[in-house]
Amino acid sequence: MSIDLKTIKHIAKLSRISIDDKKAKELEKDLNSIFEFIEALNKVDTKKVDPLTSIAETSLKLRGDEVKTKNIREQILKNSPDENKDFFVVPKVVE
Amino acid sequence: MSDIINLTLSALIDKIKNKELSSQEITKAYIARAEKSKNLNTYITTDFENAIEKAKKFDEKGNFDYKLPGVPLAVKDLFCTNNLKTTAGSKILSNFIPSYESTVTQHLWDEGAILLGKLNCDEFAMGSSNETSFFGNVESPVGKKVVPGGSSGGSASALAAKLTPATIGTDTGGSIRQPASFTGTVGLKPTYGSCSRYGIVAFASSLDQAGPMTHDVSDAALMLDVISKYDTKDSTSVNFKRGDYFKSLSSNIKGKKIGIPKEYRVDGMPKEIESLWQDGITLLKKLGSKIIDISLPHTTYALPAYYIVAPAEASSNLARYDGVKYGYRSQGENLISMYENTRSEGFGDEVKRRIMIGTYVLSSGYYDAYYLKAQKIRRLIKNDFDEAYKSVDAILTPSTPSSAFKIGDKTDDPVSMYLNDIFTVPVNLSGLPAISIPAGKDKNNYPLGLQLIGKAFEEQNLLNISYSMEKELNFKNNLQDWWIK
Repeated sequence: MSIDLKTIKHIAKLSRISIDDKKAKELEKDLNSIFEFIEALNKVDTKKVDPLTSIAETSLKLRGDEVKTKNIREQILKNSPDENKDFFVVPKVVE
Repeated sequence: MSDIINLTLSALIDKIKNKELSSQEITKAYIARAEKSKNLNTYITTDFENAIEKAKKFDEKGNFDYKLPGVPLAVKDLFCTNNLKTTAGSKILSNFIPSYESTVTQHLWDEGAILLGKLNCDEFAMGSSNETSFFGNVESPVGKKVVPGGSSGGSASALAAKLTPATIGTDTGGSIRQPASFTGTVGLKPTYGSCSRYGIVAFASSLDQAGPMTHDVSDAALMLDVISKYDTKDSTSVNFKRGDYFKSLSSNIKGKKIGIPKEYRVDGMPKEIESLWQDGITLLKKLGSKIIDISLPHTTYALPAYYIVAPAEASSNLARYDGVKYGYRSQGENLISMYENTRSEGFGDEVKRRIMIGTYVLSSGYYDAYYLKAQKIRRLIKNDFDEAYKSVDAILTPSTPSSAFKIGDKTDDPVSMYLNDIFTVPVNLSGLPAISIPAGKDKNNYPLGLQLIGKAFEEQNLLNISYSMEKELNFKNNLQDWWIK
């Protein structure tokens, strides 16, 4: 099975990565060679096998909802890419 | 000065404890050497001024009972360090300053270690040659224009070049062991759940594990004592009884049963690696171990399964980089195009490839065919090991199918790059501990490593076997300092 250009552009959209036509063609070549390599898995019969989602197959423990770090608002907002230092700012989303 | 940098971590600690050397002398010696080694490009961020300040404080009123008393260390730039830039080798995090410290680095500082700076790595730990870093290639001290391996390439190169007495890396598919093998150093990937993942920039959460990279096995045991601790901040951290790894080191491995998996004898493997492996077998026999031929029949499917599981988890983990709260941001006419441009400009090619593979295998209509299939294969691979461990205590393999290659040699073909990890990936998929120790050299004088794979949570066994092999192997890197300016 091969992945066509239209699918590449669709995956890019889902991945929220903008790509131009040149990049899309490169990715088409790369992804097809990678999936060709991955297709080897189809040789294995896995009908009766349970999937392994994680090695730590224990149930997740609950812990108390406690505040452990306080007063770091300023420190966190300092990493904001926008100039505004009071909020995280994004392009306008409501008309 | 040159004496200091030639000491192993444990020898250095002895000299500090005996007051033969001060923390300042040591810290300054490593900084001076780093200043002369800039062309290896091992550091992304240095914190030298603070390091000297901390060393001074340690010399004035430090606690000499600490495990790492006043020892300067540089770490992979994938560990978040409070108030010090943490980039994961990516443009998208090139200006990120964490407001918290990763658990494992915190353990280092709590035992008296001093941070020298942050070491280069492949972008988001995705790579096997340190060529995907936004901050440029790292050169290996073993040869000009040679890759140090990856993704912990900066760590391996800095360690081998003696710019830090030890370091820590992370290993998702071989990222500690492969660069250790390429640079003639020791690299240990602990059992999944041993070392906390809290504060490590996430790549593939069910595979990622931090571990030590050191000059010898004793140092690896010492570092593991410091960083392997249960942590409530990591929900997959396992609360098992940890050993006293350094103190319990023993070179008595008589009667240990070592498995040799026939599936690791791959086509096209250089003769010198085949004979390295054979010499390792002979050595283990001499040391009193019993060699047993075993089969891990699904080995050949590990790499393709990994290239579904790891990108799938990565595509989910890397969804957070959207240019809103931190990191690089591009412009766009609306929110969506801002996201798309930010991610397009902020991520490098390999990271974009993996995000797209991951997105594809998780997308509607393909989930069962790829992701679920890979998880089932993962079960079969783990079952292979479970079966083998009914008759053996550990498994011996080569660490990598080749020695270090030249910068640029494999960048055009992603699959040929991925094949580097053919011997290391099954270990991550199964959550097992494994260590790479330097065992010989190839015709170019580049180091070659042997890998020992252990049972889950039996790091001590692994350390003891490699410790006894190391004594006999007596490997020396003998680097000529050609890069020093």
